[in-house]
Amino acid sequence: MNEPHRGDSNKKASGISTIDVSLCLDFGGGSSPPFSLAVNVSLPGAGVTAIFGHSGSGKTSLLRSIAGLERKALGSVVVNNENWQNSTFFLPTHKRSIGYVFQESSLFGHLTASGNLRYARKRAKKRTKGLSRKVIEIMGISHLLDRFPSQLSGGERQRVSIARALLTEPSLLLLDEPLAALDISRKREIIPYLELLKQNANVPILYVSHSVDEVARLADHIIVLEQGKVVAEGAVQEVFSQMDVPFSLQEDTGVLLSGTYKTHEPEWSLSRVALSGGDLLVAEVSATVGADLRVRILAKDISLSLSAEDHSSILNRLECEIIDVVEKAEQSMALVKLQTGDDFLIASITRKSLYRLGLVKGMHVWAQIKSVAIVQ
Amino acid sequence: MINFSPEDISAIWLTLKLASTVTIILLLIGTPIAYWLARTNSKMKGPISAIVALPLVLPPTVIGFYLLIAMGPNGFVGQLTQSLGLGTLPFTFGGLVVASVFYSMPFVVQPIQNAIEGLGDRPLEVAASLGAGRLDQFFTVVLPLAKPGFITATILGFAHTVGEFGVILMIGGNIPGETRVVSVQIYDHVESLAYGQAHTLAGTMVVFSFVVLLCLYWFQSKRGGQWSMK
Repeated sequence: MNEPHRGDSNKKASGISTIDVSLCLDFGGGSSPPFSLAVNVSLPGAGVTAIFGHSGSGKTSLLRSIAGLERKALGSVVVNNENWQNSTFFLPTHKRSIGYVFQESSLFGHLTASGNLRYARKRAKKRTKGLSRKVIEIMGISHLLDRFPSQLSGGERQRVSIARALLTEPSLLLLDEPLAALDISRKREIIPYLELLKQNANVPILYVSHSVDEVARLADHIIVLEQGKVVAEGAVQEVFSQMDVPFSLQEDTGVLLSGTYKTHEPEWSLSRVALSGGDLLVAEVSATVGADLRVRILAKDISLSLSAEDHSSILNRLECEIIDVVEKAEQSMALVKLQTGDDFLIASITRKSLYRLGLVKGMHVWAQIKSVAIVQ
Repeated sequence: MINFSPEDISAIWLTLKLASTVTIILLLIGTPIAYWLARTNSKMKGPISAIVALPLVLPPTVIGFYLLIAMGPNGFVGQLTQSLGLGTLPFTFGGLVVASVFYSMPFVVQPIQNAIEGLGDRPLEVAASLGAGRLDQFFTVVLPLAKPGFITATILGFAHTVGEFGVILMIGGNIPGETRVVSVQIYDHVESLAYGQAHTLAGTMVVFSFVVLLCLYWFQSKRGGQWSMK
C-alpha cells in the first residue's frame, strides 16, 4: 500500500481538521478485469479536494466507500476526528453526516423539488435557522420548488440535488461527477453555482471528476487515482506543475497560477493580470481591481525563444529560467520546466527544437504564451 | 333479473370476507418476503422463490391434499393449533384463510417483488445518504415508488382468492355459512341441475372478473406498464 505524505498526527495535535481515509476494496469474483482499490490518504478538512482519474480508476468507488455505500470496503475513515469506520466498527450510511450528489439525477420522482428538500431537512442532524432560504437562493431554485423532477431540466435537477445534499448540514459533502451527465451548455450553466457553493459552504467537499477544467476551476487540493491507487496528491497548483506528470494528466499538462487583476485596456478589450514574474494580457474579464484570479496555461500553448526581440503576434512574453528538462528518446516532444518570479511554467516543445536552440538547465529564455485561460 | 337465494347471498358474503381477509394478511406477510427476494444476494433466493411460485404450477388438489394433512389432527400445523386450544383448521373459515394465503401468495409477492427490483439500489442509497434508516426508507421511498406494484398485488390477490375452488373443496368442504364460497355454491347448483341459479352466480363471477381485470389493465397502461406478468 502506498503512503503519500503521512504526518496527520501533527495536524491533529495542532487542531487542524483532516479527513483520513485508509480503504481497501476488492472487486474480485465475477467482475473482469479484477479491480482493487487501495487508498491511504489524509485530506484537508476544508475546501474542495478533487478526486481525479480516468473512468475505471476507482474514484467513484472511493467516494462510495467513504459514504458507507460499499459494505465490502475494509479500512478506516475518520472525518474531522469523528470515527466512521475501522476494523471493528462500521457506521451505516444513514448515520454518517454526509451530503451525496450522484452522477445522474437522483431526486425522488414522487416528491416535488421542495418535497425533496424537506425530505433532507427533516432528517438533518442539525438545523441552522435560515439555511434553507440561503441554499435555495445560492442554487437559484426558488422558482422551481413546486415542480416535480420530471418537469425540470438536467441542470436544474442537479442544482436541486446539490441543495438537498446541503440541507442535511453534512460534515462532508461528496460530489460524484455532478456534471458528467450534462451537455456542455448545461455544464456552463451549473459551474457558477458550484463556485458559489465553494465560496459559501463551510464544509469540506470531495469532488470526483475526470475533467481537468473542472478541477482547475474548483479544486484546492487534488488526489490523482490510477487503477485504484493514488499516484499524485497535493495542492492543485503543485500537482499541476510537477514534471513527472501522472499518465492521466499528460494530455492536459499545464500549470495553474495565482494572479491579481491589475488594469483594463478597453480599447483592445483586454485585461492585464499580474503574476509574480510579469504581466499577462488576457481577454477581458469582469473582475474588480486587485481581485485574485486563477490562470491556467497549458504546456502546449508555450513556445520558447532565446531573445526578447518582439517580431511575433504573441503578446504574452515572460522572461524565465530553465530549471528542468525532461525528454525521452522515443518521443518527439520534450517538457521544459521554467521559473518566472515565484511561479513555474511547463512548456512542451519538440526535441528537435530543444537541440537546435541548445536549451539546457540554467539558461534564460523567453516564454511566448499563445493562450491563457482564466479559470476563476 | 338477478335473483339471488339467501344461500347465494351467504356464499357471496363469505367469499368477499375470505378474499378481504386473505388479501390483508398477504400484503402484511408477502411484502417482507417480496422485499427480501428483491434485495437479497443470498443463495436461498432461488429455493424461496420456487416455494412461493409452487401454487402457480401445482394442481389445487395436490396443495389441498397436503394442507389437509398438515392441518389435520396429526399434522404439524394441526398439532400446533390444538396445543394453542384452537382445535383443528380443516372445515373451518380459519382453515380456508390459511390455505388461501398459501395458494394466492405468488400473485401478491411477484408484483411487489418486481416493482421493488425495478427501483434498483439508487433510491435507497439516496435516502440513506439523506439520513433515512431502513424502515424510514421503506415507508418514504419504496412504498410510494413501488405503489403500482402494490396495487396490482392487491387486485390480483383478491381476485384470485375469489376465484378459488379446488383447494377450498379439499380443505373446507361445503359447509353453508362457514366454508361454502361462491365457486362451491355454483358447483352445488350444477350438481343438483339448478342451471338457472348456477347461471346467475356464474354470470356474476364472469362480470366481476372481467371488470377487475379491465381495471387492472387500464391502471397498468396508465402507469406505462411498470409491471408485467412473468
